[in-house]
Amino acid sequence: MKTQLTILVAGLSLATAALAAPETFDFKDPKGINNAGFKLDAPLEAINGTASGVSGTVTFDPENPAATKGKIVVAAATLTLPNSMQQGHMRSDKWMDVAKYPEISFDAKELKNVKTEGNVTTADAVGAFTCKGVSKDMTIPVKLTYLKDKLSQRLPSMKGDLLVIRSNFSIKRTDFNINPGQFEDKVSEEIELTLSIAGAAAK
Amino acid sequence: MKSVLRLTGVAIIIAAVGFWLATGGNRGWTKTSVPIKTIDDVTGIEGVSYHKKFVPGVDFLAVTVGLGFLCAGISFLFRTKPGPRTSNEQTSH
Repeated sequence: MKTQLTILVAGLSLATAALAAPETFDFKDPKGINNAGFKLDAPLEAINGTASGVSGTVTFDPENPAATKGKIVVAAATLTLPNSMQQGHMRSDKWMDVAKYPEISFDAKELKNVKTEGNVTTADAVGAFTCKGVSKDMTIPVKLTYLKDKLSQRLPSMKGDLLVIRSNFSIKRTDFNINPGQFEDKVSEEIELTLSIAGAAAK
Repeated sequence: MKSVLRLTGVAIIIAAVGFWLATGGNRGWTKTSVPIKTIDDVTGIEGVSYHKKFVPGVDFLAVTVGLGFLCAGISFLFRTKPGPRTSNEQTSH
């Protein structure tokens, strides 16, 4: 009887631990919706573009959102502008040099100021932002939306959960060696970045 | 020749302005593709895809209008052919 009880307790503990275990969300979106936007002010018209090559993984525990960690990577070669000539310049060695620096990433180490309401968590993500080979510690605001059992609605052949991450923040060209001090009259020093991505944790 | 160049210049300017206005009168840079936004129903994420489309901007307008003026301006390099002398001019000498 005692042995059976011990096994039952151990089993329940394991089941509870398994249920509360953090999930790993993969941000390589098969639907191709995930995107990172960027905006630079310019005299005639703001330069607005997007990058679609988003990948990376984030470990998220709905019971403990503060423990969230992970890395999001954007393929620099997918930086896109509506003007093909501007896009060519942007990807060239004069600006982003995407051949030499193929990845732009944010590696989140910890979350601060975590506030959770329902399935939505807002926080400040502390981590390293890497662009054009330069890494800089940054704190960026993030909004995490946990969508339990919603993966099948997006991808009918799969079951699991979704995690949506949204963030808006700015970087300076000078900080990341993006044509520092050049063409400041034509392209702003500040680059506004917008991240809207969904990751899937299949079960 | 002068008339042909001037008419061609005017035609280029009218065509350029007309084309620019007909395609929406974009006061920004010329675009070779336009972003199309789609919203994912489940996540609410706004996805962006690009559709190839030529949308002339003010740079297109400046170049084509400039070309029109250049064409018309070249006509001034041609000298006007002297017309046949009148009988009065012949008698005055």
